[in-house]
Amino acid sequence: MTYTKPLPVVDVWSRPFWEACKQNKLVIQRCNQSGEYFYPCSPISPVTRTHDWSWVEVSGRGKIFSFVVMHQLYFKSFTDDIPYLIAQIQLEEGPMLITNLVGMTREEVKMDMPVQVVFTEATDEITMPQFTMIR
Amino acid sequence: MADWPLRDKTCVVGVGTTPYGAFPDSDTYGLGADALATAVADAGLSWGDLDGLIVCRIPSYQRFAEIARINPQFCTSVESAGRFSSVGLGLAAQALASGAAKYVALVYGNNGRTSKAKYGGGETTQWAPWGFTSPGAIHSMMWQRHMHEFGTTSEDLAHVSVAFRKHASLNPNAVRREPFSIEDHQKSRFVCEPLRLLDYCQINDGAVAWIMTTAERAQDLRQKPVYLSGYTRQDSFTTASLPAPDYWYPALQKISHEIYDRAGIKREDLSGLSIYDNFSPTVMFSLEGMGFCKQGESGDFVKHGTLELGRGRWPTNTSGGHLSESYMQGWGLIAETVKQLRGECAERQIPDCKAIQYICATNISASAIFRN
Repeated sequence: MTYTKPLPVVDVWSRPFWEACKQNKLVIQRCNQSGEYFYPCSPISPVTRTHDWSWVEVSGRGKIFSFVVMHQLYFKSFTDDIPYLIAQIQLEEGPMLITNLVGMTREEVKMDMPVQVVFTEATDEITMPQFTMIR
Repeated sequence: MADWPLRDKTCVVGVGTTPYGAFPDSDTYGLGADALATAVADAGLSWGDLDGLIVCRIPSYQRFAEIARINPQFCTSVESAGRFSSVGLGLAAQALASGAAKYVALVYGNNGRTSKAKYGGGETTQWAPWGFTSPGAIHSMMWQRHMHEFGTTSEDLAHVSVAFRKHASLNPNAVRREPFSIEDHQKSRFVCEPLRLLDYCQINDGAVAWIMTTAERAQDLRQKPVYLSGYTRQDSFTTASLPAPDYWYPALQKISHEIYDRAGIKREDLSGLSIYDNFSPTVMFSLEGMGFCKQGESGDFVKHGTLELGRGRWPTNTSGGHLSESYMQGWGLIAETVKQLRGECAERQIPDCKAIQYICATNISASAIFRN
């Protein structure tokens, strides 16, 4: 089954993130001096503005900071998903990201609820991180 | 504190707007040229006077300048996003105050309706793989959090949409003029839940042009000058890739501590407001951030017609704004501000209008106070 949804743009900074996803691992950059995690993937730490940072495997846990239900079709490839859940997740380690909520219904969604990452293979290169409630 | 050096030093002396709607026989160049021609005549200037040019959402500044035969000494294009209407305003004021130009034309052209501009659906954008796209979705994500944090509701937003539609019903140039009720708003379909159709701005073709000059030169022109008394801006880029977790509140608060001092005008001296309303929650974030009410209390603030002309203390977006007149990305709001301060708004005129504050809450937040 061909994956038709938009694929992430893999660039020089995000390549290690996507390679880790393929291994079902979530890795985030962390500033070595301050300990602050930052995302999306970047060339420098926004704290020190240097390359003094490391890739760190994070817990994969976070909470639902916010969510929406998309009713409008913007991408044809999402036709069968409409309406679909999108969440702004705050990872335990601090940074936020946007993702889908999977394996749960709209009624089950609660603000601030704990969630964890799940990985779904999309193509040979890309495995998609999404989040689900901790049951 | 020393007075803001640009206070009352520059004026808007000409405005031009096209009708708003669907114009497949024109484009941003044609619409922009029409709006500018209206503005030039409105100002009582001749085309040869224009030595400054800022274009927005018109693809080539030099092609536009070729079309209009303008050879400026100050010229730039600003990006298409709505945050750039007030950025353009600030740049023009700085150019005039520094002597870089004498008469600056600012021209915005939008053919989004005919070109079926999709505000969303870019397949290579950051969150497209998860189907998250469009400014509407971003604001929806922010409003969901706001409701959770402060207890505001979708119905609170309805008061904003209803108010601006009432104003649009008095505006012959507005695209959407039929008034609707709170109940109608609550029944309108979800576009990106929690935001509904009536929380979203109206995409149309059209153009807006302003002409600005120094206060000294403004005295000799056709229209009563409208002064830019104060302007300030604060950008929020730390979480630029995300829906702003802080509702731009810190940036707007900073602006609120500067704008009235810069203008030399107190909030209580304002006659009305122009608030960037790409979506109804943006108005709420603006009111809270600017200190018209406490953070989280915009729901109570907008109930009972606070923003309605003839009913509330703070008539806002008397043209109907982006939600009902047309989405002209701030340019139309400032054009309406100028018309209000000149007393040209007929049925939707704010009585005894002396000063109006423009507020734009985005990753580039800004505010400007105009007076007559």
